[in-house]
Amino acid sequence: MSAQETDSATPPERNLSITTGGSPTTGTAGQTDRPPRPVRDGVSLGLAVGVSGLAFGAAAVSSGLSVWQACALSLLAFTGASQFALAGVVAAGGSLLAGTGGAILLGSRNCLYGLRLSAVLQPRGPRKAAIALGVIDETTAVTLAQPDPASARVAFTATFWCLYVTWNLATLGGALGAGQLASPQAFGLDVVAPAAFLALIWPRLKTGRAERLVALAGAAVALASTSVLPVGVPVILAASAALAGALAAPAAQSSPGSPAGKPSGADST
Amino acid sequence: MSATWIAVLVTAAGCYAFKLAGLTVPQRILANQRVLRFAELVPVALLAALAAVQIAANGQAFDLDPARLAGFGAAIVALALRAPFLVVIIVAAATAAALRAVGIA
Repeated sequence: MSAQETDSATPPERNLSITTGGSPTTGTAGQTDRPPRPVRDGVSLGLAVGVSGLAFGAAAVSSGLSVWQACALSLLAFTGASQFALAGVVAAGGSLLAGTGGAILLGSRNCLYGLRLSAVLQPRGPRKAAIALGVIDETTAVTLAQPDPASARVAFTATFWCLYVTWNLATLGGALGAGQLASPQAFGLDVVAPAAFLALIWPRLKTGRAERLVALAGAAVALASTSVLPVGVPVILAASAALAGALAAPAAQSSPGSPAGKPSGADST
Repeated sequence: MSATWIAVLVTAAGCYAFKLAGLTVPQRILANQRVLRFAELVPVALLAALAAVQIAANGQAFDLDPARLAGFGAAIVALALRAPFLVVIIVAAATAAALRAVGIA
């Protein structure tokens, strides 16, 4: 992407912590707060979050997915919340159509991250197809936290590879381990997914009242419709809470402290 | 191919398509503040809904299992104490497991 195109996107990009001025020399923009450490940032977050693939593998298999289905989700979908969501619907014996819809809807936030990352990574051709797989909460958080574009590219690559390998190995381990358990409930594995969901949105709940209201409304909508709609559909219906929230108050331009589209989890690391 | 496999592969394809679309569509989409806000709020609403349903329901029936509720409560406490992601998960599962082991729930 050219500097001109970046310039055209400047207003909404103001929340990016990356310099988006479009200058080809932004790599030399000296940030004094701290030196860039893209590899360290990426590897440490990648390892820490990747290990929680154990929780996904275990939850998936105790939900009734096979070991290979759990692994396929981690290899190909590679976005934790969607993976947990599909497993949850399978566990409840719900409509697979609704489960798939909910999982993909959850994955829609990665589209926003892709928009933001493309300004920094400027992916082209076949590389773009590979980079796309890595567009998730964690890679976005680490990449956009770097002070210059060069560090950002290194950070993306380090976070993606470290997290991808760890997440997939951990998924396999968790799936094989849970398969050996006679009763997953005895190990509390039925609490793993809900706890993971809460942990994912926790930083967002702390930053804004609107976020808390939307979360409460989403939960209320889903619970209120649980007994009358097929399993999985109430969760999709909860998106109406997000729609209401967005219509009530579009992205607040006056709150640079809570960057728009900031990946959940970014504050907790 | 089983229905579950189809669901797995369609989920993977759909999630990938959203990622690729984000890298591909024009940057000016971000200029629409309502689109931006909706995209920000979708995961908050959906993940809250998922957590609520999985904690309080079993299929279409409400099912308030004490051990599961306690485990979720422990997760909230751990989050409030700023525990890292994996610790939160382990605390939640261990709390539910411990209560079940001693026969409280």
